[in-house]
Amino acid sequence: MAGKTLYDKLWDAHVVRTDPDGTTLLYIDRHLVHEVTSPQAFEGLKLTGRQPWRRESMVAMADHNTPTDPGFTTIADPVSRLQVETLDANARDLKLRYFPIGDQRRGIVHVVGPEQGATLPGMTIVCGDSHTSTHGAFAALAFGIGTSEVEHVMATQCLIQKKAKSMLVRVDGQLGPGVTAKDIILAIIGKIGTAGGTGYAIEFGGSAIQALSMEGRMTICNMAIEAGARAGMVAADDKTIEYVKGRPSAPQGALWERAAAAWRELHSDADATFDQVVTLDAAVIQPQVTWGTSPEMVTSVDGAVPDPSREADPVKRQSMEQALRYMGLQPNTPMTQIKLDRVFIGSCTNGRIEDLRAAAAVIKGRKVASSLKQALVVPGSGLVKQQAEAEGLDKVFTAAGFEWREQGCSMCLAMNADRLLAGEHCASTSNRNFEGRQGVGGRTHLVSPAMAAAAALAGHFVDVRRF
Amino acid sequence: MKAFTQLDGLVVAVDRANVDTDAIIPKQFLKSIKRTGFGDFLFDEWRYHDHGEPGMDCSNRPRRTEFALNQPRYQGATILLGRENFGCGSSREHAVWALEEYGIRCMIAPSFADIFFSNSFKSGLLPIPLAAEIVDRLFREVEATPGYRLRVDLAAQTVTTPGGETFRFEVDPFRKECLLNGWDDIGLTLRHADEIRAYETRRQHDTPWLFA
Repeated sequence: MAGKTLYDKLWDAHVVRTDPDGTTLLYIDRHLVHEVTSPQAFEGLKLTGRQPWRRESMVAMADHNTPTDPGFTTIADPVSRLQVETLDANARDLKLRYFPIGDQRRGIVHVVGPEQGATLPGMTIVCGDSHTSTHGAFAALAFGIGTSEVEHVMATQCLIQKKAKSMLVRVDGQLGPGVTAKDIILAIIGKIGTAGGTGYAIEFGGSAIQALSMEGRMTICNMAIEAGARAGMVAADDKTIEYVKGRPSAPQGALWERAAAAWRELHSDADATFDQVVTLDAAVIQPQVTWGTSPEMVTSVDGAVPDPSREADPVKRQSMEQALRYMGLQPNTPMTQIKLDRVFIGSCTNGRIEDLRAAAAVIKGRKVASSLKQALVVPGSGLVKQQAEAEGLDKVFTAAGFEWREQGCSMCLAMNADRLLAGEHCASTSNRNFEGRQGVGGRTHLVSPAMAAAAALAGHFVDVRRF
Repeated sequence: MKAFTQLDGLVVAVDRANVDTDAIIPKQFLKSIKRTGFGDFLFDEWRYHDHGEPGMDCSNRPRRTEFALNQPRYQGATILLGRENFGCGSSREHAVWALEEYGIRCMIAPSFADIFFSNSFKSGLLPIPLAAEIVDRLFREVEATPGYRLRVDLAAQTVTTPGGETFRFEVDPFRKECLLNGWDDIGLTLRHADEIRAYETRRQHDTPWLFA
C-alpha cells in the first residue's frame, strides 16, 4: 500500500464519521473568529438556542475594520464600530478567548494564531476568512469557510466535508539574492493559474520550501487560496517545532515532549503519491510584480506588461484587455516604468516581523520618493509592532518618510479608512489585486516587502537586486 | 434553507472569467451584522457609476447601462451564466446572500471557486459546473435570443435549453439531498452528537495538548 501524504494524515486524524459516498464529518480543533464573518453566525446560534460546542477552541479578535491611526481610541465609522462592538458583546456573552482593541496581542487573526501558539501542528483550523490557509505552514489542515459553516463549527465542532484531491508543488534549488517567499508563491500562481489548485489541497515541498523560515512558509500557504486551493500546507520540521516552543498556548513540560514527537510524523511518506505534481526551479525565479487584476497576471520585474493581441484564447484575451483598461496600462510597458502613488507594507501575507525587517533593510538611511502620496507600514499584530519598535525598525521607516501605523488588515482590503483613490497605483505586499480591492478604482500591484520598499524609494518599480 | 427542486428561469450572462467575490459584493457592505440588505448592491462597482455605501437608496443611482444586470432584457433573471473560476477570492458568504436576495437561484459556469461553491448550497443556490464548450454555446444562445430561459431539474440533474437539448450535470449526493429538502445541516450533524463526543474522548487520550 502506498504511503500517506501529509494531507491524508491530517484528514484521517480528524474523521468523526464517513458516509459510503465519502461525505465526512471532520472535527475542528481551532476556530479563529473575526468581526466581519461572525455576527450572522452568532445570531444564528442565538435564534436556534444553541451554545458553542467547545468554546475553548475559539479565539476571537477584530482586525478587518480596525483603524490604524497611531494611538486611536474609537472607530469613527459608525457601521464599522457597531460590527466590532457586536464581536465585543458576543465574546463577552459567550466568554470566549478574546483580544479586544487595546490589547497588544490583538492583530490580524492569521498573524496572531501562530504567535500565540493557538496554531499548532496537526490541528484542523478554520476561520471565516479565505486566508486561513496561512496556518498550513505548521503542518496543519487549515482552510477558510463561509458564515454558515462558521455557525456549523460553533454549534457542532465539525464540518461536513469531502476530501479534496492532493497536489504537491515542489520547489527545489536555491533562491537568488533578493528573491523571497512572496516571489515563489506569485511564480507558482503565474504557472498554475488562479484556478490551478481548485479542488485540491496543496502541499508545498522541496528544498527551497524547507529552506524558508516559518514566516516565509506562512506567506506561501497564505496565498494557496489565490491559486484556488482552500488549503496549503508544509511538512513539520525542526523549524516548525522551534517556532511553536514556548508560545503562550503551546503545550509544556511532558506534554510538550509528547506533542513534539507526534509532530515529527507530520510529513508525507516517501512513497506517498499525489493526484498532481508541479515542480519549479527556485534558481530561475525572479522578483515578481503583478500587472493585472488577478494574482495570476504576474511577471518578473524585468518583464513587461503583456500584449493581449498575442493571446490565442478569446476568454483570456478579453480578461487581459479588461485588466489593462482597469489598470490604465499599455501592452509592452516595462514593469519598471510603472509609476506609483502609494506603497503598502503589511497584511496577513507579509505583515510579520521578518517582512518588516526585509523592508527596513532596503530602506535604511534612504528617503521615500517625493512623487509618492503615501507609504504605509502596518504591522500584522501588536506584538509584531512591539518587536519592530524594540529593534528600531519604526525609526528606520519614519525617517525614510513611511507612516508607522497600528496593527490590522488595513489597506489590504480597505475596510477601514486606509484606501487607494481611483486611478492610483499601489505597490502592495498583500494578496489580491482584484478590481476595487484596495479602494474603488485603485490599481494594485502585488510584490514582496523588499520590492515594495525599493519601489517606495524610487517612486516606480525597480529590481531590488540592483538597488 | 429554501429548497431547490426545479427552476424555469430567465438567464443573465456575465461574460467575465475569474469573477471574484469582491466584485460580487464590495467590502463596504461586509460591515453589516445582518444577513439581508445586499441584493441592491450586487456587483455594485460594475452596476453603478457612483460609489455605493450600505443603506443607500439605489433607485436613483446612475447605472452603467452596458452591464448585463442593468439591461432590460435581463430583468427578472434567476439563472446566472458565468465563466471559469466564478466566485474566486474571499470567503465572504455575503456574495451568495447578495445573489440570492437579487433573485438568482442557480449559477452555471465551467468552474467555481471552492469556498463560494460550498457557500452557495447553504443559502439554497445551485451552482452547476458544465463543460466550457457547453457554457460557450449557452453564452452565444443567450446573446442571440432575448428572453432566453433554461430549465433546471435538480432531481434529474439536467439543464434543458429552449430547443429541447438536455445537459446532465454532476452534484454531490449529500448536497443534492439537502437542497431538494431544504435541510439545515447543523440539525443533521447534531444527530451524530454521540459520535462527536466519542471522537473527542479518543482524541483527548491520544493528543491531550489539543484539549489543554
